[in-house]
Amino acid sequence: MNPAPVITIRDLWMSFPGKQAGEEIHVLERINLEVTRGEFVCIVGPSGCGKSTLLNIIGGFLQQTRGEALVEGQSVSGPDPRRIFVFQENGVFPWLTVTENIGFGLSQKTSGERAATVMHYIEMVGLTGFEKSYPRELSGGMRQRVEIARALAANPDIIYMDEPFGALDFITRIKMRSDLTRIWQAEKKTVLFVTHDIEEAVQLSDRILIMSRRPATIQEDVRIDLPRPRDLDSSGYLERRDHVFHAMGMSLRVGESAA
Amino acid sequence: MSAALAEPPVKREDPAAPYEKHREPHAWLKYALPVVVAAVFLVVWDTLVRVSASEVFPRPLDVARGIGELIQKGLLLKYIVASLFRVTWGFGLAVLVGVPFGLFLGWFNRAYEAFNPMMQILRPISPIAWIPVAILWFGITDIAPIFLIFLASVFPIAVSATAAVQNMQPVYLRAAQNFGLSRTELFRRVILPSCLPQIITGIRIALGIAWLVVVAAEMIAVNSGLGYLIIDARNAGKRYDLVVAGMIMIGLIGLVLDLLVRRLETFDEVRWGYANRR
Repeated sequence: MNPAPVITIRDLWMSFPGKQAGEEIHVLERINLEVTRGEFVCIVGPSGCGKSTLLNIIGGFLQQTRGEALVEGQSVSGPDPRRIFVFQENGVFPWLTVTENIGFGLSQKTSGERAATVMHYIEMVGLTGFEKSYPRELSGGMRQRVEIARALAANPDIIYMDEPFGALDFITRIKMRSDLTRIWQAEKKTVLFVTHDIEEAVQLSDRILIMSRRPATIQEDVRIDLPRPRDLDSSGYLERRDHVFHAMGMSLRVGESAA
Repeated sequence: MSAALAEPPVKREDPAAPYEKHREPHAWLKYALPVVVAAVFLVVWDTLVRVSASEVFPRPLDVARGIGELIQKGLLLKYIVASLFRVTWGFGLAVLVGVPFGLFLGWFNRAYEAFNPMMQILRPISPIAWIPVAILWFGITDIAPIFLIFLASVFPIAVSATAAVQNMQPVYLRAAQNFGLSRTELFRRVILPSCLPQIITGIRIALGIAWLVVVAAEMIAVNSGLGYLIIDARNAGKRYDLVVAGMIMIGLIGLVLDLLVRRLETFDEVRWGYANRR
């Protein structure tokens, strides 16, 4: 494993202008984090804490107020095709078929190469038979698979995922998690995954960054050194899950008593 | 397949498909009812004219004979072609100007702020009000009605294109930016296709207006076309059978034009933009 971090965030702050002039809403405070190449890192935190904001800054869609966001040693200046974002609200293009969506980022390739890559990923995410379907003909889970396949097909170094399974039903989510783990093990990409679902984070990641309430900072860095596929009944899993639950529950109570 | 756990793995061609069966036993009603309504309308019309003993207003059969007379004289086809010719030019120019201009206003907010107030003042002026101006500028030529049709249809087209860009889902733009598209690619591969459903709706509304306006313009500004047929039949001998014949032809052609544009809405590339409409 490469010891040099792929993503480095140093003393990052973010605030948005408030409703009244001169007023500022502080969302992120003093964020520091590092992600190593090939790591699967989850960011969890209470809803509205600013974890999506943090991911959008790292992804290049937002500009931080101050501090540094470095990816591959370079300051982030905008979205980059080497790092693909998977959106919570599903960014699959409804006017393109499954095949055309997955091949969207491959216009530089020859049509033969493109077809082969698209086929490979259609198979990997389990959409064989739906190549010519339009997104409106697919279920929510299948649409999210299309977006993940589109991200993978572009062969990025990093994939950012912003609550990608947030809109899916319970059973579909569980299936998507195990599929994502399988795909990640095959592809060895660096993944930065935002979620408010603690179980999801413990099932998926190598490491969990727990964010506090707003103004949010990284409160704890938990290593999940469990073998994959993960046994959700094992004591190791339950221990770590309870630890994260506890860490977030405690912080809620402390926040309430302080306020 | 995740769906397999919860539901049988059928390909969901149409969300309404499971309900289709319930309608089948009465499918013939879909065609029979409109025919019944039209028949009742004709009977009522005929009865009213007979009861009122009008000497001027025609009965349905008189109108049918009127249409036959127009076909025999070769006037009907000639006038239809004349009207369609004007609509084609005026409407075609409106699409060519309105779509790019509307997209431009939707994309550049400064331009929108600059042009929108002026457009909102020009838009509610009925094209009929422009007739004297059109005659002054272009005389009794084809240009006058073409100009009026252009004016009437360019605004709805531009407005729908502007709204389409402004209402575009931000996630499509961000996804496209993520893949490193150039400006022209972004326009061609994302902005235009995402706006197409709404642009087509604007085009459909505009074509309806254009067909209304050509008839009005032809009554005053030229001496051919279906509008001219109506006003000429009245002025030259109170031939109301021909007046109503002209009206019916206008209605039928309007229907055909709308059906043609509606076909655009059924293409796979735009169908996502129309919520469950058949």
